[in-house]
Amino acid sequence: MNEISTLNSLKVGQTATVKKLRSTGSMRRRLQDIGLIEGTQVECLQKSPSGDPIAYLIRGAVIALRQEDSSNVMISAN
Amino acid sequence: MVGLAANPTGIKWIDSGLTINRENPDDRVIALAGNPNVGKSTVFNALTGMNQHTGNWPGKTVTNAQGKCSYDGVNYIMVDIPGTYSLMAHSAEEEVARDFICFGSPDAVIVVCDATCLERNMNLVLQTIEITDHVVVCVNLMDEAKKKHIHIDFGSLQKDLGVPVIGVTARSGKKLGKLMETVGSLKTENFIRPIQLKYTAPIEEAISIVEPAVKACLGEKLNSRWAALKLIDNDESLLRSMSDYLGFNPALEEPVASKIAQARQRLEENGISGEALRDQIVSCLIITAEGICADAVTFESDSYNARDRKIDRILTSKWSGFPIMILLLMLIFYITITGANYPSALLSDALFRFQDILLAFFSRIGAPSWVSGMLVMGIYRVLAWVVSVMLPPMAIFFPLFTLLEDLGYLPRIAFNLDKYFKKAHTCGKQALTMCMGFGCNACGVSGCRIIDSPRERLIATITNCFVPCNGRFPTLVAIISMFFVGTVSAPFQSFFSTCLLTGTIILGIFMTFIVSKLLSVTILKGIPSSFTLELPPYRRPQIGKVIVRSICDRTLFVLGRAVVVAAPAGLIIWLLANIHVGGASLLLHCSNFLDPFANLLGLDGVILLAFILGFPANEIVVPIIIMAYMSTGSILELGSLEELKNLLLSNGWTWLTAVCTMLFSLMHWPCSTTCLTIHKETQSWKWTAVSFAVPTAAGMVICFLFAGTVRLLGLL
Repeated sequence: MNEISTLNSLKVGQTATVKKLRSTGSMRRRLQDIGLIEGTQVECLQKSPSGDPIAYLIRGAVIALRQEDSSNVMISAN
Repeated sequence: MVGLAANPTGIKWIDSGLTINRENPDDRVIALAGNPNVGKSTVFNALTGMNQHTGNWPGKTVTNAQGKCSYDGVNYIMVDIPGTYSLMAHSAEEEVARDFICFGSPDAVIVVCDATCLERNMNLVLQTIEITDHVVVCVNLMDEAKKKHIHIDFGSLQKDLGVPVIGVTARSGKKLGKLMETVGSLKTENFIRPIQLKYTAPIEEAISIVEPAVKACLGEKLNSRWAALKLIDNDESLLRSMSDYLGFNPALEEPVASKIAQARQRLEENGISGEALRDQIVSCLIITAEGICADAVTFESDSYNARDRKIDRILTSKWSGFPIMILLLMLIFYITITGANYPSALLSDALFRFQDILLAFFSRIGAPSWVSGMLVMGIYRVLAWVVSVMLPPMAIFFPLFTLLEDLGYLPRIAFNLDKYFKKAHTCGKQALTMCMGFGCNACGVSGCRIIDSPRERLIATITNCFVPCNGRFPTLVAIISMFFVGTVSAPFQSFFSTCLLTGTIILGIFMTFIVSKLLSVTILKGIPSSFTLELPPYRRPQIGKVIVRSICDRTLFVLGRAVVVAAPAGLIIWLLANIHVGGASLLLHCSNFLDPFANLLGLDGVILLAFILGFPANEIVVPIIIMAYMSTGSILELGSLEELKNLLLSNGWTWLTAVCTMLFSLMHWPCSTTCLTIHKETQSWKWTAVSFAVPTAAGMVICFLFAGTVRLLGLL
């Protein structure tokens, strides 16, 4: 099976499936609002000039996340 | 006030309150909801004929705005509620939006969606349908979808959602008539049977336990199924709003309270509690949305957003991201500086010629000299100055910046700079409020609502004034042109001015970071909160419309302020300069009093006094300085910057005075409008005082250090 890693380790151009959200509270809600739940497909699009945050394609929208938030999203690479 | 454009006339802000001014009882109230950045304000403007500014970045509408429109003999009051992804009230905006839909009793809710990103928008549509049956879904940006070869099956959408769905292109007004027709027929149509969301079996069971009691308690005031679920979920924000608007808390009423307890116990027996319940609710919504869109949306091309990605790779890449940002800023300044010269000269020529006519007129009718002095030398002259020197740069800078904004570039600035804001322990969205500050600091302060964390919002509010607003911008340009570019040969002057101005702005941004960081480690301690930032698709701005509209807006705005603020200020300064006490004018007394302190800052008493008197509006600082110098020295006819420079030089200005005046202009107290806005936003005089003190202290310290160093080293 594909191994589980975190969203921040995804390289530009790679896609993955969300397995689990480790974040809690408001960040968890916010991620869910933009459609990031178990089973959601995510593509890593673009790093910002300083490498953080990173932009992801989530359900047709481009959303930038900071490292400490994306590291709480467990994924399995496609 | 929203966005760069300061409050255009005619829009009545109702803030988070729900007061609607119905002219007669038949007027229908329509709420416009939608995700951020789906062109909701464009729909609003197209329908109401108003010009609420729209920008291509999330979070433009921070308060409810209302406007009127009529269709088919019925009058509608359209209410533009804040753009949100959800109505679960995780932020102030979501709370405002939800409260209006729940308690503002709109006759219908139009949910505006982005055709290019329908699935993400569907979450809000479903949540709105849960609250009210009277929903019309408006799929906007059909033109963009067409360009991206995205096909939407409206029949399927309408069938799945059970509410009318209309595709429109708001910016060309396409199909908006049909939208209003549908809204109009909403009450008479019987076919509407909105989708009822199916939750998991345990949640459905819990709802069925509580719903009858809620229905008995609330009657028709709220959708009982939805309210029951929220009560089980213990949605604290909704409970607060229920207490506010209904006058009681249903969760405390019997038998609702015991039913809720019973439902929660059943859920717990099924292993669903707290976070798990919310997770399941959200998942049900998202999976339903996914299913609906899978039926209705076809992407005919895989690379539908390839162009956006290509542009992003250039504008936000490691190598070109920052250089392009600075170059764009410089380009805007360059166009502003070069473009402002000509109209500025023209206006000042005309206005000062008219001054002579006025003076001649007053002497012909034999008016006493104090009358003509007060009216012409006082009021008229300051007005003329504000109009000729301040207006042209504002009227040019504004539309240019608006174009960048409409294009969708501002969120990319936030994306590029976020790392540095994170280092300062604040939110990357502060970059957006900073950009709004370029237009008007009061707007920037209002815009801080897009930042969710209260601590980060306060930091953004306090530091907003480090970005020079449109009213201070011409002051900087004028000083730079007078004192620092004379040494360079003509063709390069504008370029050199641009570089200096860009440097000044970058200093302001740098100060924003430093002060934000200082605040984060002292009075506003905390770690950066989590953040999500949407990078919306690039859109071609409506260039002609933006230019015409923002030049008109700006001109009207500046002229309006000139009359309200500059004219009385001109009068006061004239009185100060002409009322003599103990052999010297009041003005001289004041400036002499301030002189020793001002000298420490590299300024003089008159300059400091001008900044103090300029509290109502930064535009009048330079005119006040000129007035003050002219009343104490010889009267000059000021036709050009060259003569102005001579006036300043003869009053003891050196390059040090010029630099310190620029620094102080960049960093001093916010203007009165901004202070009032800060108070309104923070609801606290303490934070208003802090916002007043922080930039003032920064400016004084820096001016003092700079002047001290220069004098100590004998560089002067």
